Amino acid sequence: MVEELVATRTTPLSGTYGGSGLARLVIAGDATRLSVRAGEEALGALSGALDIELPRAPLSASVTDGGYAFWLGPDEWLVINEHGEEMIPRLQGIEAPFSAVDVSHRNVAVTVVGPGAAAAINAACPQDLRPDRFPVGKVVRTVLGKAEIVLFRKEENTFRIECWRSFAPYVFGLLDQAAKDTAY
Amino acid sequence: MLLIHCPYCGEARSELEFAGAGEAHIARPENITEVSDEDFAQYFFMRTNPKGIHYERWRHIHGCGRFFNAVRDTVSDRFLKTYKTGEPKPDRAEFEGEGR
Ligand SMILES: [Zn+2]
Repeated sequence: MVEELVATRTTPLSGTYGGSGLARLVIAGDATRLSVRAGEEALGALSGALDIELPRAPLSASVTDGGYAFWLGPDEWLVINEHGEEMIPRLQGIEAPFSAVDVSHRNVAVTVVGPGAAAAINAACPQDLRPDRFPVGKVVRTVLGKAEIVLFRKEENTFRIECWRSFAPYVFGLLDQAAKDTAY
Repeated sequence: MLLIHCPYCGEARSELEFAGAGEAHIARPENITEVSDEDFAQYFFMRTNPKGIHYERWRHIHGCGRFFNAVRDTVSDRFLKTYKTGEPKPDRAEFEGEGR
């Protein structure tokens, strides 16, 4: 008998907690992710197959139970499924041209929660996070320090930050220090 | 911090998200194999480098990823206008005497 060796997936910083009482940091659970590029003619079919609407309006997001579709550019979306469902197989048979790349393992998400969340993020991110300029549901691709991130305001005091996995320790460290420096 | 209005995102964003991409409205010759060396060099290497109003390409590289065009005053570094790729080149009379 040959014993089967199974490599288990490890996510950088998996299970790490940090931050402060005003801005808690939690590493989000594993998820499947798609980078989607498509023109207008494919959006309907893609939205149907993925069971989530790819938003047309700039800087907007669609949210379902455990699912997100983030507008990143005029022909680019980041689709996330927190249930870990495989999304690529659902896209077979769509006629209109599109590209979809599974980037599940490329990203790590940090959730920043608390009344000091915006202030902590603003320590290294140039977005105007006042609620009238950055309302709940808005998403942007931007920078946090030297790392590129996708920033989504899920609730008034809850943000999801997607970064590339090799940047995760840097992003987390920066946010952790900022959260500890945050005060009213 | 310098804010640049991205015509695709529809809002002003920090310069940290952008990368400059040289002079705008330079069309690649369609008959490139027939172009003389002098004309090719003119297209490929020569740029206007004006003092004042300059038409430029920019890319919202850490945002929506799109290239767009901008009119910038090279003296004041002020962005006078940004517009989508493919839209007509705005007349410079629109900007004369503005923000100098
Ligand atoms: Zn943009």
